[in-house]
Amino acid sequence: MSKTEHQHNSQTCRDLLKSLSDYVDGTLDESLCVEVEKHMADCDRCQVVVDTLRKTVELYHDLPPPPTVPDDMRTRLFVRLNLEDFLVAGKIEK
Amino acid sequence: MVEKRLQPNLSLQALKTGDTAEFARMVDAYSSQVYHLALKILGDAKDAEDVLQETFTKAYRHLNEFEGRSSIATWLYRIASNEAFMLLRRRKPDALSVDEDIPSPDGDGEREPIQLMNWCCLPEEEFLSAESRNHLDLAIDELSPALKAVFLLRDIEGQSVWETAETLRISEAAVKTRLLRARLQLREHLSQYYAERLKELK
Repeated sequence: MSKTEHQHNSQTCRDLLKSLSDYVDGTLDESLCVEVEKHMADCDRCQVVVDTLRKTVELYHDLPPPPTVPDDMRTRLFVRLNLEDFLVAGKIEK
Repeated sequence: MVEKRLQPNLSLQALKTGDTAEFARMVDAYSSQVYHLALKILGDAKDAEDVLQETFTKAYRHLNEFEGRSSIATWLYRIASNEAFMLLRRRKPDALSVDEDIPSPDGDGEREPIQLMNWCCLPEEEFLSAESRNHLDLAIDELSPALKAVFLLRDIEGQSVWETAETLRISEAAVKTRLLRARLQLREHLSQYYAERLKELK
């Protein structure tokens, strides 16, 4: 078994997994960050997991906001809420 | 994290005194997020529209009870997610598992990552393709409702851990556990797809 494979099965790898969300969000304690980075320097597999997890989160963060609801759905909503008077004037700045 | 949505300039005082023009502005400002949150949780356009209507009906009825302790968005998301989960329980009684916060079977934290190819080096246009966007959606659809709700509020709507906890009425620790699980599952799903793309491009 290679050094990396051996290390990936270690307790350190499992501990690292628990801290990953905080690590990629930049909210992990500094001392724990140092430990994570020290471990990743020696463990290629954990480095891949961290890189791809960070990229995963970034891809979702970069998604454009959802489109506005279709006009007919907006009309039904305004009618249900008795807001018909604002159907035209109420289209706010988006 | 950066606040993803621009907060519209709504007057809480006008809303609480029953100003219907201001309420209409609030509906326009948040209907899209509320609808898409419900659509993602429920996976059905008709059900999501029911939740949309019910959310703003209840919001109007209870505006005078809104204390402003959380943001309007958090308050609306709470009503919407409650409605969506209620509907989900009726439609699929088994869909809502209650064991999302229990440690994984080995009793030692999260499931071991399986996909270990580094696909971050793919050309940027790969991540912007329609097919790629479709996989981002599919990956979310595969999450359990409990994980999905946390992920949508935190990573798609940009709510803080505290706000997400407030919205779903769970602890911040539960938010963090579910968020980590959701993100790890999404990573596995996306890794399968992007690793294939990487092989095809080589």
